[in-house]
Amino acid sequence: MVLLKIKFPFQKRVRLAQGLWLLSWVAMFSGAITFAMGVFLKTELHRRSEVMHSMDIHIVPNLLMAVGLASVGINICAGKVCQDSLDPTRFPRWKMFLPPFFCFSVFLTSLLLVAMILSFALQPSLEESLKIGLKNGIRFYKDTDTPGRCFQKETIDRLQIEFQCCGNTNYRDWFEVQWISSRYLDFTSKEVKDRVRSNVDGRYLLDGVPFSCCNPASPRPCIQYSLLDNSAHYNYEYQSEELNLYNRGCRQALVSYYMGLMNTIGPCVLFDFLLQMTILVSLRYLQTAMEGVIGQENVEIETEGYILEKGVKETLLETKEKMKKLLQFARVGDASAVTPDTEPEADKPATA
Amino acid sequence: MAVLPIKFTKTKRDKLAQVLWVLNWISVVTGIILFSLGIFLKVEINKRQDLMAESQLQSVPNMLIAVGLIACLINFLGGKICYDCVDTNKFLRWKLVMLPYIICTFFFTLSVLVGALMCYSMHGQLEEALTLGLRDAMRHYKDTDTPGRCFLKRTVDLLQIQFQCCGNEGYRDWFQIQWVSNRYLDMSQREVVDRLRSNVEGKYLMDGVPFSCCSVNSPRPCIQHQITNNSAHFNYDFQTEELNLWTRGCRQALRDYYTNIMHSVGLTVLIIWLFELSVLTGVRYLQTSLENVLRQGDPECESDGWLLENSFVETARSNLNIIKHLGKFNQINISSNGDPNLDKPPTAHYGPDNVPPKPLPMAS
Repeated sequence: MVLLKIKFPFQKRVRLAQGLWLLSWVAMFSGAITFAMGVFLKTELHRRSEVMHSMDIHIVPNLLMAVGLASVGINICAGKVCQDSLDPTRFPRWKMFLPPFFCFSVFLTSLLLVAMILSFALQPSLEESLKIGLKNGIRFYKDTDTPGRCFQKETIDRLQIEFQCCGNTNYRDWFEVQWISSRYLDFTSKEVKDRVRSNVDGRYLLDGVPFSCCNPASPRPCIQYSLLDNSAHYNYEYQSEELNLYNRGCRQALVSYYMGLMNTIGPCVLFDFLLQMTILVSLRYLQTAMEGVIGQENVEIETEGYILEKGVKETLLETKEKMKKLLQFARVGDASAVTPDTEPEADKPATA
Repeated sequence: MAVLPIKFTKTKRDKLAQVLWVLNWISVVTGIILFSLGIFLKVEINKRQDLMAESQLQSVPNMLIAVGLIACLINFLGGKICYDCVDTNKFLRWKLVMLPYIICTFFFTLSVLVGALMCYSMHGQLEEALTLGLRDAMRHYKDTDTPGRCFLKRTVDLLQIQFQCCGNEGYRDWFQIQWVSNRYLDMSQREVVDRLRSNVEGKYLMDGVPFSCCSVNSPRPCIQHQITNNSAHFNYDFQTEELNLWTRGCRQALRDYYTNIMHSVGLTVLIIWLFELSVLTGVRYLQTSLENVLRQGDPECESDGWLLENSFVETARSNLNIIKHLGKFNQINISSNGDPNLDKPPTAHYGPDNVPPKPLPMAS
């Protein structure tokens, strides 16, 4: 039972080949664009890698880059096959090449769908990775004299300024961490000693934030210290003050940013996937239609094109049988390699 | 004596016409580039309009926009002309237009050159505009409740963050102005009243800067207030502290930024000017060689092309004479009482022996 049979007269075959050749050029550009988008996404993720704990999310741009490159190659092959299909003498040399080519291409193209699904599925993982990365960044903010961590302050400051965010979830994250290094604390002063003694770990905690949390849109000069103390500042009430600092947390800002990027890339990848599948299906029809022509004297006869010669189940069984035979052949080859020394001895006639 | 004559065979003429057609289309593209450079410059200047005082800065992008548009038109026409020049019959259509076209294009290329030079000569105006503009912006930093000035604080803060600069020439400029609004000053406190009384104008001056002056490269949390007071902060010496605040002044930062843009734009315009000039030279050669073909009558013959028929001096003299006589067109010669035939020697030729005929007898 043939799958999805279509009749192909000569003209239709020729038009299919020509249209497919043009389409393969379009798909080649589309594949190049997918590659470029993968590269862009990877560089964006890499730029903020200092505040990300794990690299799980990098699989999405990696897949996009790999499939983009591969699809350029696939489409070049498809174009060549189309060109040769118009000439019945040149077409037969593609006969052995095409079935594995189809399997390989379908697999690669489905990876695009996988990439799209992963970009949504990995969002919790991205959020978790940012949570841990930002927590570490805020914790090591003060360690500008420790090698390996000395750039954390600059990274976090630049991040908060660029993404207009403060802290991990909000600005209160800074109250729980000592972000002023002990090098700059006067331990002879009473205030410092009180604060250090007020908590178990002996950390200098205060209700203040770094300058990078300040919002330029605020009508008053930035209030960074004694944020929860209304009496410390004239005409100030922290519960109703909204413009003084950035309200957003950096984790949410970064997640929105990356999700926005991936949502923009999504439709382009989907378009590339659909285009590629169209080309592969049409190429299969072209191949099967041309197979009917090979060996015939009259090239212009009408032939049938199909996707699978037999039904899906039968094709799968056949493929399994073929695989088994291939494996057996390999095994028999091994066996004959082991026994040639013993066999001739056994067959050696008595030479007495 | 022609200026730079070149011999042109028929094939050479045809090739010249085709090449010039392509080059004219490329020139249309460069005209679009000029136009977009003008728009880019205009947008860049408008972005920081709040920080620049009134000046003639807008004339440069306006000039570039106008020149870009005219370049597109002129080169489009030039392309059409060169396309038709391959066929001598079609050239006859354009014969009378070509010389005025070439003269117009020559003056137009001069204006392109003027545009390029303007880009380079803007320094003085730019510096003055920035100094005055920044000074005013800083003075009105605190006026976030005054309509028309309420965005200045945000503009200055974003400027200092983006360009990594502080104040007009340095952070000390902030010490001389009151940048904290009176709305946020507790007038009942002694310290505030002391500061207000300490200067003639009653301004609240302090040795502090806004948060946007803070440098992200500093290893310690930013010190914004009491900057010149070493004892107010632990382990702090303001004379040796370099990383705490941005050290560059915003005037210098903006000036460098705009100078870079202007120089790049100026260089591009110069290159476009050279390209236009070469296209113009090609069109002139094509015109003169085709005119010589028409003069000689044979479309297949070899002809000369030149830039000027006579040398520079003679051409200038003849043009001046033409202009002088144009002026004399309406003037009357008063030396002979207006009669142009008086004092003229007889010039009639009366046959081989040159004897004037006897007057005919009158019939009575």
